[in-house]
Amino acid sequence: MDNLFDDTETTFETKQLTVSLGPQHPATHGVLRLDLDLNGETVVKCTPYVGYLHRGIEKLGENKTYFAALPLSDRLDYISSMNNNVGYVNAVEKLFGIEAPERAKFIRTMVAEMGRLSSHIVWLGTHVLDIGATTPFLLAMTAREKILDLFEILCGARLTVSYPRIGGVRNDISQQFLDELYAFVLDFPSRMDDYETLVTENRIWKERTVDVGIISAEEAINWGLTGGTLRGSGVDYDVRKYAPYDAYDKVDFKVPVGVKGDCYDRYLVRVGEMREANKIIQQCIENLPAGPVMAEAPKFTLPPKDLVMKDMEHLIHQFILITKGPTVAEGEVYVGTEVPKGELGFYFISDGTGKPYRMRVRAPSFVHASVMPRLCEGGLLADVIANIGTIDIVLGECDR
Amino acid sequence: MEPLKIADEIKEQFPDEVLDIREFRGQVAVTVKKARIVELCRYLHDEPSLFFDFPADLFGIDYLGKKENRFAVAYNLYSIRHRHRIVLKAEVAEASPVIDSVLPVWAGVNWHERECFDLFGITFTGHPDLRRILLPEGWEGYPLRKDYPLKGPGPDQEWPGFVDVLDRAEQYKKYEWHG
Amino acid sequence: MGLITSPTALSLVEAEEGTKILAPNIVITSFDKVINWARVSSLWPMTFGLACCAIEMMAVYASHNDLDRMGIIPRGSPRQSDFMFVAGTVTKKMSEVVRRVYDQMPEPRYVISVGSCANSGGIFNTYSTVQGCDTFLPVDVYIPGCPPRPEAFIEGIIKLQEKMMREQFHWSRWR
Repeated sequence: MDNLFDDTETTFETKQLTVSLGPQHPATHGVLRLDLDLNGETVVKCTPYVGYLHRGIEKLGENKTYFAALPLSDRLDYISSMNNNVGYVNAVEKLFGIEAPERAKFIRTMVAEMGRLSSHIVWLGTHVLDIGATTPFLLAMTAREKILDLFEILCGARLTVSYPRIGGVRNDISQQFLDELYAFVLDFPSRMDDYETLVTENRIWKERTVDVGIISAEEAINWGLTGGTLRGSGVDYDVRKYAPYDAYDKVDFKVPVGVKGDCYDRYLVRVGEMREANKIIQQCIENLPAGPVMAEAPKFTLPPKDLVMKDMEHLIHQFILITKGPTVAEGEVYVGTEVPKGELGFYFISDGTGKPYRMRVRAPSFVHASVMPRLCEGGLLADVIANIGTIDIVLGECDR
Repeated sequence: MEPLKIADEIKEQFPDEVLDIREFRGQVAVTVKKARIVELCRYLHDEPSLFFDFPADLFGIDYLGKKENRFAVAYNLYSIRHRHRIVLKAEVAEASPVIDSVLPVWAGVNWHERECFDLFGITFTGHPDLRRILLPEGWEGYPLRKDYPLKGPGPDQEWPGFVDVLDRAEQYKKYEWHG
Repeated sequence: MGLITSPTALSLVEAEEGTKILAPNIVITSFDKVINWARVSSLWPMTFGLACCAIEMMAVYASHNDLDRMGIIPRGSPRQSDFMFVAGTVTKKMSEVVRRVYDQMPEPRYVISVGSCANSGGIFNTYSTVQGCDTFLPVDVYIPGCPPRPEAFIEGIIKLQEKMMREQFHWSRWR
């Protein structure tokens, strides 16, 4: 009995087992399915299956005018629909050749960072919940409810907002919104301290995430990873810095970068991002310029509603824009924006009509899901759950 | 590097391959032939002054009735070191929708190529695992082609798996526990 | 429910020295009502999120709206669930799985269809989307919205509870 725990003499051979994880599994963040070939507890082979939420958004976008396709972008990454809207309108504005006024740009930056906060809160809550801690999830969701309430003051919707419009934003922000947002922003760092106290130095958390799912910088770039998943590996690539859109060149923020590229580094990067997002919102409120919120481009933007009701010319204008869409120059543009998950890109090919000839969505989650075999193979079964949480995927965007 | 200069560089290196260079709003798309696409991508990836290390995107385009070659595969490439972008478009004829896979150059295009196969029916030779990805196995047709109707081919050409689900729902109705 | 007590209604009797308790009494009701009351007080849903509505469903379960106070605790296995939220767009590829999860649930089972996509297909009238999950599932309650607000979720659950309270014949064989 002395050598009961001495495994040098006998090695255990177990039969290889295939386990299907998902699409209905509480920890797969939606409808991701993984087929795992297991040898004991080691993952030998991991085959992801996606497409359980393929709704044909790209095809649908080709059959709608540029205005009507905006709500489709909400449903891509439904946790941070504001960021998707901002990405969509930025791409369309570049295609149209118009630019939003300064105030609208600041508002968009502000609401996009709020979207980033709400998305990262969901990520933090569910990631930690999957690893086994319930409290941070319940704590974090209270802060998220606060952000969603603010969205409701802003535009009436909680989740699928469709607030930014081509050429600006739908309506100007109210003083009540600004006051409540500022109070929230001042309060948020202490909330972050609460979460970090519970998680960051927690021994179980570190055991589960440190040195799990390591991916080097070169490999991460070669796989096409973006966002926090790439920056966790130590690559300082952030679209907000590399190709600034909206008001990101006028605010001051840092880009947190990891060292090793394991789950823990990616966690630290995203938590750092939340604090930076909070700072950006604060700067946007403090430096918010006055002025209009819609661009003066009658050929490409919808006229104000009160004028449509009163004025024949505006009514005709609105009618033509809604039914036929604007007349756009032939050409193709790509605009990438930094959404919470990574780089969301819209590629539009225009053939001169009011509808895009081809609308391509470059979805970060799609690429991130494809890296799952690389992260999981050779690791333990329990690490698969940590890896799903850390790459932060949303299947609506992955499957489109 | 300026995108037009990159395009000129490609043209200098592969004079017979480049068909068309177009600029729109400061972005350049280079249309190329498909024959030497892997070689071209390898050059773009390895050349130190270009160094396109980041495969941002790969997708198909259907130019039904607009161009001689119906399909195109677009490569959206970015260099994180040099911060420049270029879009390559390789023309693929309808008669033989086949193109070489650039998977040896970038690992990240794996699923993009599968998706392009799934939605456009373009085959990538050399891809190790070319299966349908978004749509289920056994699906007929390629939905992002322009001649595929938005609402599907109709109830009589439904995907067999869904017909099976409907049949099962009908069959199990008699076991429902109504009072 | 009715309450029958001794003729001197609600009188107290001395059980032992210094301790007075309510006199022995009887509660009269029907079996249906007791069982239905017990069932609606601890409804266990299947944790099953499909798309956008699942995020709002998470918000309902979480701290702010807190479904636990209604006795609703999400279960990970269909074998332990009483009802299922179909929360989000059902695609044709997914319909197989949704149906299988439903088939695994024990009777009596209920389905709440959440959001425009599950109700009717919503804005996704495309080749890959099922136009309403009632094409292959018997739906009890429809919650409108894209996505519905948490209050709408709670209203939908209350509607389901009302429906369950009205049920009589499930339990008649033991009555």
